[in-house]
Amino acid sequence: MNAVARVKDAALAALVAAVLALPLLGFATIDTGGPLGISTRFDYVAYAALAVFVGRLVFMALVDLWRERQMDSAREAAHDPGKPDRMAQIGKLADRWLLPLMIGFAIVLPFLPFADRTVVDLATVVLIYVMLGWGLNIVVGLAGLLDLGYVAFYAVGAYSYALLQMHFGFGFWEALPLAGLFAAFFGVLLGFPVLRLRGDYLAIVTLGFGEIVRIILLNWQKVTGGPAGISGIQRPSFFGFPFSADPPAGKTAFHDLLGIEYSSIHRIIFLYYLILLLALITSLFTARIRRLPVGRAWEALREDEIACKALGINPTNTKLTAFAIGAMFGGFAGCFFATRQGFISPESFTFIESAVILAIVVLGGMGSQAGIVLAATLLTLLPEIAREFALFRMLAFGMAMVLIMVWRPQGLLAHREPTIKLKPKGAS
Amino acid sequence: MLVIEGVQTFYGAVHALKGVDLKVGTGEIVALIGANGAGKSTLLMTICGNPKPRYGRILFDGDDIVGIPTHLLVRRGLAHAPEGRRIFPRMSVVENLRLGAVAADPAHFSSDLERVFGLFPRLKERRDQRGGTLSGGEQQMLAIARALMSRPRVLLLDEPSLGLAPLVVKQIFAIIEEINKRDGVTVLLVEQNAFHALRLAHRGYVLVNGQIAMTGTGQDLLANEQIRSAYLEGGHGR
Repeated sequence: MNAVARVKDAALAALVAAVLALPLLGFATIDTGGPLGISTRFDYVAYAALAVFVGRLVFMALVDLWRERQMDSAREAAHDPGKPDRMAQIGKLADRWLLPLMIGFAIVLPFLPFADRTVVDLATVVLIYVMLGWGLNIVVGLAGLLDLGYVAFYAVGAYSYALLQMHFGFGFWEALPLAGLFAAFFGVLLGFPVLRLRGDYLAIVTLGFGEIVRIILLNWQKVTGGPAGISGIQRPSFFGFPFSADPPAGKTAFHDLLGIEYSSIHRIIFLYYLILLLALITSLFTARIRRLPVGRAWEALREDEIACKALGINPTNTKLTAFAIGAMFGGFAGCFFATRQGFISPESFTFIESAVILAIVVLGGMGSQAGIVLAATLLTLLPEIAREFALFRMLAFGMAMVLIMVWRPQGLLAHREPTIKLKPKGAS
Repeated sequence: MLVIEGVQTFYGAVHALKGVDLKVGTGEIVALIGANGAGKSTLLMTICGNPKPRYGRILFDGDDIVGIPTHLLVRRGLAHAPEGRRIFPRMSVVENLRLGAVAADPAHFSSDLERVFGLFPRLKERRDQRGGTLSGGEQQMLAIARALMSRPRVLLLDEPSLGLAPLVVKQIFAIIEEINKRDGVTVLLVEQNAFHALRLAHRGYVLVNGQIAMTGTGQDLLANEQIRSAYLEGGHGR
């Protein structure tokens, strides 16, 4: 871009800024004692336009600089085609080394000196999102089916446990498989009508599905308690040994079992390990199923549906199993959520949750397990850290997402490990 | 082995195939040639069940296969290498081949893999490379190899020469001949490259505007004046 074009571009940006700033900054309401008065602050509008003008000039200069460097490195890469993408390499290493490292860290976390109640609690929340991310990754990352209503399965799992516990006295471990089963059933229910849809159309229907589930929960007062939700959900016990200072008659409390002092953090830590275990099961399951025919079929379906049919893969079954199994893990996570919170209401299952989970999968790099952990950590901790600047939280959140997508549109750690490796000499 | 009788296919109101009769005998290579839009690919896709023919019968091994979903046809021994290759770009060559074998008995996988690597040594060299990074010719080899992994008795090939260099086209056609001679796979070949296709084929059909205009042995059709002027002039070695 030459100088004139740059100035033109910046002037255009400044004009847009001025138009936006006029109603937003240009007028202020003032208290005149009686009716509200309006004062004008057109100088602010001018400052805003000026700031945008200068900012745009600098920004575009930086973008050009960056592009040039990209071109240079592309030229270098053309000379040396053997050199693979650096970040993809990191992604490859990450899946091999980072993930075990993260798991190791997660296991020892509650015993580290800085791990107080808040830290473990926060880590639990992160792990819920990691698990949801891994679950959704089956549907979006592996099978390539864009699902914007994943939170519905999370809700189904949570309400399944709450209702089973309330009406039939089911414990957590008894309800867990059922919650997964119900969620899987809902996955199939969603899967049937959307079998022929792909891409944007599929996204719209799944979005609607998520909302339908939430609205049913909100309005079916008799069963779900409506907006008031369900409270008093049984807290988990350590395989029948409750976490309580004075256990009910005939039961041994957890601290008595181990012969240690009672502390309220025991339950927090137990919950933490519970979700860690569930998340690890999800991860192991995903890694394993990718090497099985059904997992291969999911990935093939993501790549090319017509080719799949031509090779003898049943697309209907493949899609339905992806929806069902992805939903099942959402259901497990929901079941855990209900027992941890002790209270659930439709408030917890709004569209923004689906959006965050999808953002985790996309930002992490579709299909990369370690990437999803990174993204989940980032997206759950960022709002916590930015809580101090509460006003700008969503702004910072959005900014971070935009930056990541500009810098790495394929996600933080995009890398796909082949599911078959032949022995070097082709002996196989 | 494959008999097509009076097949008519519509795309909405468009009458794409206006009553096609075609026969492919066991062990034959049959070429179907014709201009753009004549309905060649439509015929192959109709055989595979998508779109369904509105009228007519398609017999495979004597059974009417109209209405049987595509993925089940593969299990009966009818493999289709679709137009445009359609390999899985982010998967390695071996993974692509593994997916080709979903309809086959997994016990055969290793030996089948060796067999197709024998036919396509290039694929063996590139076995861990991602499909999307292969050259056009290699991708076409992969598409054919992948279709062979299901152990088909009939192989439907849709324009295997599309967008390939002349030398590569020769290679591919030599391999098709080998598959047919050595493994006894029956081949129905759709081609715009009429010269190569007819030289290779035992018999050929010429499709014009959704109807079979002419049929005969490959040699006869190659010698035919009309065909020469319509499809072959300037086409030698293409």
